[in-house]
Amino acid sequence: MKENYDIVIIGGGPAGLAAAVSAYDNGAKNILILEREPRLGGILNQCIHNGFGLTRFKESLSGPEYAYRFIKEVEARDIDVLLNTTVLSLEDNKTITAINSEYGVFSITPKAVILSMGCRERSRGALNIPGSRPAGIYSAGTAQKYVNIKGYLPGKRVVILGSGDIGLIMARRMTLEGAKVLAVCEIMPYSSGLRRNIEQCLNDFNIPLYLNHTITKIEGTSRVTGVVVSKVDENKQPIEGTEMHFDCDTVLFSVGLIPENELTKGAGIEQSRNTRGAVVYQNRETMIDGIFACGNVLQVHDLVDFVSEESEIAGACAANYVLNGRQEHNPISCINGDNISYVLPQKIDKNIPGNVKLFFRVRNTFKHCKIVVESNGVVLQEKKKLICVPGEMETVILSSDVIAKAEGDIVVRLEC
Amino acid sequence: MYDVIVVGGGVIGGTILRALSKYNYSICLLEKENDVCMGQSKANSGIVHAGFDAHVGTLKAKFNVLGCQMMPDYAKELGVKYLNCGSLVVAFNESDVAMLNNLLERGEKNGVKELEIIDSAKLHELEPNVSPNAIAALYAPTAGIICPYCLTIAAIGNAMDNGADLITNFELTKVEKMDRGFKLYSKDNKTVEGKVVINCAGIGSTKVANAFGDYSFEIKGKRGEYILLDRESGDFVSHTLFFTPTEKGKGILVSGTADHNIILGPTSEKVEDITPITTQKGLAEVMAKAKIMCPNTPIYNSITSFTGVRAYTEKGDFIIEESKAVDNLINCVGIESPGLTSAPAIAEYVCEMINNKLHGEKKADFNGTRTPEYFFKDLSVAEKNEIIKKDPSFGRIICRCEQITEGEIIKAIRENPPARDIDAIKRRTRSGMGRCQGGFCQPQVAEILARELGVELTEITKNGVGSELVIAKTK
Ligand SMILES: Cc1cc2nc3c(=O)[nH]c(=O)nc-3n(C[C@H](O)[C@H](O)[C@H](O)COP(=O)(O)OP(=O)(O)OC[C@H]3O[C@@H](n4cnc5c(N)ncnc54)[C@H](O)[C@@H]3O)c2cc1C
Repeated sequence: MKENYDIVIIGGGPAGLAAAVSAYDNGAKNILILEREPRLGGILNQCIHNGFGLTRFKESLSGPEYAYRFIKEVEARDIDVLLNTTVLSLEDNKTITAINSEYGVFSITPKAVILSMGCRERSRGALNIPGSRPAGIYSAGTAQKYVNIKGYLPGKRVVILGSGDIGLIMARRMTLEGAKVLAVCEIMPYSSGLRRNIEQCLNDFNIPLYLNHTITKIEGTSRVTGVVVSKVDENKQPIEGTEMHFDCDTVLFSVGLIPENELTKGAGIEQSRNTRGAVVYQNRETMIDGIFACGNVLQVHDLVDFVSEESEIAGACAANYVLNGRQEHNPISCINGDNISYVLPQKIDKNIPGNVKLFFRVRNTFKHCKIVVESNGVVLQEKKKLICVPGEMETVILSSDVIAKAEGDIVVRLEC
Repeated sequence: MYDVIVVGGGVIGGTILRALSKYNYSICLLEKENDVCMGQSKANSGIVHAGFDAHVGTLKAKFNVLGCQMMPDYAKELGVKYLNCGSLVVAFNESDVAMLNNLLERGEKNGVKELEIIDSAKLHELEPNVSPNAIAALYAPTAGIICPYCLTIAAIGNAMDNGADLITNFELTKVEKMDRGFKLYSKDNKTVEGKVVINCAGIGSTKVANAFGDYSFEIKGKRGEYILLDRESGDFVSHTLFFTPTEKGKGILVSGTADHNIILGPTSEKVEDITPITTQKGLAEVMAKAKIMCPNTPIYNSITSFTGVRAYTEKGDFIIEESKAVDNLINCVGIESPGLTSAPAIAEYVCEMINNKLHGEKKADFNGTRTPEYFFKDLSVAEKNEIIKKDPSFGRIICRCEQITEGEIIKAIRENPPARDIDAIKRRTRSGMGRCQGGFCQPQVAEILARELGVELTEITKNGVGSELVIAKTK
């Protein structure tokens, strides 16, 4: 480890790796990646299924293979990496305090910081599902770690709550390992997972998906012995008389991902209530100069390909910040209008040249609809869609000409 | 043959064991679970009550007030987090205010110091998040909060460091009277012998007494459900907030915890089945009541919910006495709230009872302090680095939410009372108690435990046999 760094990247998953390579290639040569795990690659290391890289590499890779392509790129450059190192805090002056066995607790203050800490799964506790607290209750990702990394099977008869992608993937994985997946329950009227995962992970294995259903009780004292599943009404309240009982020894939760922004919060960086990540300009710079964010710590992406794309922007712009110093901002806001749950970036800096790709999610399933981007009531751009679902991120590219036309804030809405 | 056997490793059994360990008795603690502190003492509000609730002249009143006075020093000696935050009984109408006056009077008779009735302005100055509908409060500056399982575990650990024995997975089911003493049998036929037995088995204490032939009391269960909020909301309130009590009890409170979470609860429901489950109705009630007390309660920041089952008698007071039916059996039962607060005081009292019987002498080499290295994250950078230099495992964070290191986990496994399962490590170190609830760290903690114990991962349990984490190796 050197005394000083131009850029320190917190998190060596796909976001941090892509940001590092891009920052290096854009002229910043003095870069350090801090990673708490013993290896680079982040959550991809436990995603041994394939389907990664279809967009970026036009081939279907497993998670570790996808990660390895970027790890090789990092290794090919003079980029420092500290593994087994956990960042404890970040301050608004960019001082990072971290801990590992070799250096103990130490601090560094680089010129720029890239936040790429990823996200975590919501736990059972966040939902307050009633019942007992026996063994056999896992988040889908924890089960994935047991099966794929540690080589152990958590249970034999499984009910999954939530149809997030990790849950769907684990439904298939557990089945292939000899477990019986009895049901996947989703409280919403739609799945939050990718359509292809519903096909390949549930339908292909005849695993039933119960939409508008939730677990209303977990049973068992030492180990889970069963769950009660109930149908819910429009207000997501269980409907009496609809209870189904499943005998199972395992319950997996796949009920959403939450960007892990404790460090962000500690540094006093403004966050969005919609994304639960930092508010950023299109260059992925947060509201604190020289601190950038990318990947799932910023917004939960569906595909790692988009994480890499976003992180390359952050890396390049962090390099620019280091080489050319701070530039004046001239921001307008991007706001989510009707039927849209969030838009990222939340701010467009008109001083930054080039097109801007807006990322957003819709609030429900919509067919034959129209995405409208407008400013002060003037429509700037429209895009027709056959179908939009909350589980799949939408994008619109605004050219610099269009952005120049925006007189006030930009609003993205969906019209049906 | 032990001089004294304590049955039940809750806070009552634990603090009694520690009090006895100051003397030259041979002592042993029997606990039916895989770890100590598996009953009421692990799932309660963690409030060190001031002492105005209990009726004048009761054991509850006596030990509560004493225990509250003893707790700051007691906790400090054992390295347990205690915070003297004060409590507020909040009144929402005139009849509540009348009750506050009763409580004030009762409290003063019980010997509680510094009680004061404050008006709405003062109340809202102390607690800006309290409902605007609140009109007054009884302020008790002597009240506090403590981590109940840390207290129990520290007391037992310290007793063991001073020579006490612990046998876990020993569920007392049968007793044989011998010439001078008892032979105690576990469910699976292990035996231990002792001259005097102290029954501190909480909700199980009826069965324990029955095994001795004492049928003088019956302990019943009352469920209390809780919701715990993320430390992120830890500053939401700074005192313990109670509703004005009714027939049913103290009602649902909103309070900080010693670890800077926010706790909401408990409900109060008499139950036959004492399995600690949460219910839809119970959790809904907790949320509704918390919102009456503090309309902005950040329920969205909930990280877990849980239940504690109170062991109570219909008579309403603690029973702390030698059995009338069986000599040398001492019952410490029916110890519901404020039992946690009262524990240090009850322990001294019971230790005196034993001294009167066995006339032990104080040990010269008793060491009552326990170093709280579990609070690694609260140390200064220099202190941390000194520890890491000696033991690099303190430089590896395992639980990211609570910033708990491998060193602390290993220590919990090696130190008294040794942690043997995931929940035991959680209670000692807080690993898995944060916002992800062990999602990330559990597999790693399980591996460390397997490595330390020299067993396969398939043998690692959540809380004892039958709660294995994984069932087999994958193909
Ligand atoms: C919901 C709730 C809220 C509370 N809030 C507060 C509060 O805020 N402040 C306060 O001061 N007090 C509070 N209390 C009261 C306090 O928690 C109890 O008074 C105290 O924990 C009782 O401790 P104990 O050791 O008697 O019982 P327990 O902690 O229940 O311990 C009994 C132990 O005995 C073991 N055991 C049972 N049967 C056998 C057997 N046959 N053989 C061997 N071992 C056996 C059990 O496994 C258990 O470990 C609360 C209690 C509850 C339930």
